[in-house]
Amino acid sequence: MSVTKSTKPVGIEVSLAIAEAVKLAEAEVVAAYPITPQTHIVEHLSDLVANGELSAEYVPVESEQSALSACLGSSAAGARTFTATSSQGLMLMAEMVFIAPVLRLPIVMAVANRAISAPINIWNDHSDIMSIRDCGWIQFFAENGQEATDMTIISFRLAEDKNVMLPVILNLDGFTLSHFIEPILFPPQDKVRKYLPPYQTAHKLDITKPISMGLLGAPEVFTEIKKATDNALVASKKYVSKAFDEFGKIFGRQYKLVETYKTDDAETIIVTMGSISETATVAVDEMREAGEKVGLVHLRLWRPFPVDELRAAVRGAKHLAVVDRHFTPGFPEGPVATEIRALMYHEADRPKMSNFILGLGGRDVPRNHFKYIVEQVKGLGASGRQGHYEMVGVLE
Amino acid sequence: MTIQKLNSAQVPFEKITAKTFPKGPDSLAPGHRACQGCGEVLALRLLMKALGRDFMAVSATGCMEVCTGPFPQSAWEMPWLHIAFENAAAVASGVDAGNTILRRKGKLPDQRIPVVAIAGDGGTADIGLQALSGALERYHENFIYICLDNEAYMNTGIQRSSATPFGASTTTSPAGKLSKGQSTWKKNMPAIAVAHNIPYVATASPAFHLDMMNKIRRAAAIPGPAYIHVYAPCPTGWRMKSELSVESSRLAVNSRVFPLYEVIDGQYVISKRVDNPIPVADYLKPQGRFRHLKEDDIAQISERVNHEYEHLIKLSETFDGPLF
Repeated sequence: MSVTKSTKPVGIEVSLAIAEAVKLAEAEVVAAYPITPQTHIVEHLSDLVANGELSAEYVPVESEQSALSACLGSSAAGARTFTATSSQGLMLMAEMVFIAPVLRLPIVMAVANRAISAPINIWNDHSDIMSIRDCGWIQFFAENGQEATDMTIISFRLAEDKNVMLPVILNLDGFTLSHFIEPILFPPQDKVRKYLPPYQTAHKLDITKPISMGLLGAPEVFTEIKKATDNALVASKKYVSKAFDEFGKIFGRQYKLVETYKTDDAETIIVTMGSISETATVAVDEMREAGEKVGLVHLRLWRPFPVDELRAAVRGAKHLAVVDRHFTPGFPEGPVATEIRALMYHEADRPKMSNFILGLGGRDVPRNHFKYIVEQVKGLGASGRQGHYEMVGVLE
Repeated sequence: MTIQKLNSAQVPFEKITAKTFPKGPDSLAPGHRACQGCGEVLALRLLMKALGRDFMAVSATGCMEVCTGPFPQSAWEMPWLHIAFENAAAVASGVDAGNTILRRKGKLPDQRIPVVAIAGDGGTADIGLQALSGALERYHENFIYICLDNEAYMNTGIQRSSATPFGASTTTSPAGKLSKGQSTWKKNMPAIAVAHNIPYVATASPAFHLDMMNKIRRAAAIPGPAYIHVYAPCPTGWRMKSELSVESSRLAVNSRVFPLYEVIDGQYVISKRVDNPIPVADYLKPQGRFRHLKEDDIAQISERVNHEYEHLIKLSETFDGPLF
């Protein structure tokens, strides 16, 4: 029996669960190229197509560059389209990544986050996705397997919303999330079909109503096209909330753009993204037991950035300790910390900011790291200024 | 499991003759910005006359993409898509995959829609070679790839490609005191396409327009991928009078520089035998890019041209049936 027919949680590898969610979403074209740690997703999709469980065209392309190219083609033809990649693969397809949102093609892509070379390293950090941060896609970070499964379905619904029509990247930490076996409750197919009706669009290649897609943008129109695309991305935020709320109503699992944990009276708030948020939650519990006034903010939506939600979530804190899984060589802070500092600049009552880089290239992130971070923040001098990121656990 | 496969040479298609030449405007609107005498546009329009409007085109970045589509204008009157330079084949393969599944699900009428990828020689033989190889090997049913070969990167300003012929002076293979222009021999793209064991490969020239249009019709009729290598003179890049485009296309064929042939299921078939070729010099002389060549250089080119032509004839005569 197919795992998606079970009414109880099923123990399954998260990569396979995502593939099952793509099946539940009835994706029509999957074009992908193998790269660790994403491969299990597309291997399982190949199986589902080969066994007739998913009626789709699987295009086994010869590179990631061609993977997203083929996806742009199939999405332009009007087919619901999925792909997945990681790291070097995302780098190779980068040129095409930036083209998808401007053409308003609602492709869904899972990125099993992995370090980028050199040195070559197959393990998890966020350097791949941060390197294409400004690509213009809606971007999520999944925290656990259930969320990754649900978010796959939500991503299609959101991307294809007539008010959105933008591609979506679902980030999940390579290995530390993608390869874990977790209990997953699969949404029933009939309810998924209700939540996510078949994709129909007039925005496609059609011999009865021909359009041209991908025209040249001269200086007279380029700025306007770029602004229109950003307007669409910024405006998509309310539809993200809508897609979350309707998912919550039908399936009983409610997601928020920004999650908060024990932040109400917190003096120090740690900000995280991705699967380490679960580790951080446990660390917060342990620190709370020891009397520490500490809380956690977990960013689920990364683009469009949930500006107001983030400000509201950290309001009242004395210290923000922002965790980055990537750094910006030659700059004193990582990308997440830089952005949050910029967003807090005009706040009258803003917290002191510190930035900690950890978990690079698969380096383990234990609970102690978060306790260490909070100790460091408390120990800052009178100015409360850190001045430069600290790379936790680095041997120098 | 045995797959019943019709010999591709037997696949019927409606042949174009002088009497049945498609009338009326084709799907490329007037007002595009191509140079005078552009061989690529001429080839494009023959493609459109052959296929009508029931096809989809994917262009690689290049002259044809730039001169036909400055937003909000477009010269394409059928569905058209441009993504980037190196990936026309991959994009077209995705379009075909999309059409295929939508047809299977009943979301599109049960009608084969040719998807035509169009790229220049740089977008085909250099930066697009990997994507093309992948698409040919994956055997997309309604996939046609057209290489419009003007033998250099013309859109960026006449830089050499691997399809630039020996001796041609370009902006990155300039003739000079120590250089006779391009120092390497033109890459044999049709042979590379043939090596993928696809049902149809052909060469075509806009000077032989009926031959070219019928090759496009045959490519569309045969299920499986097709590759057509089109000779497309560029008067601007070749330093040639613009009215000589068609003439140089004809000279290229009649001098054996650009032989016309088909490769159907692996079987080479010569479209036009050239038993008494005109001198290669007659082809080279009107083109400024070869201006610097001396007699012995031309003799060397002539020897190579004839050798390659004889090799082609041998290929066509050695095997008298489809390879697969």
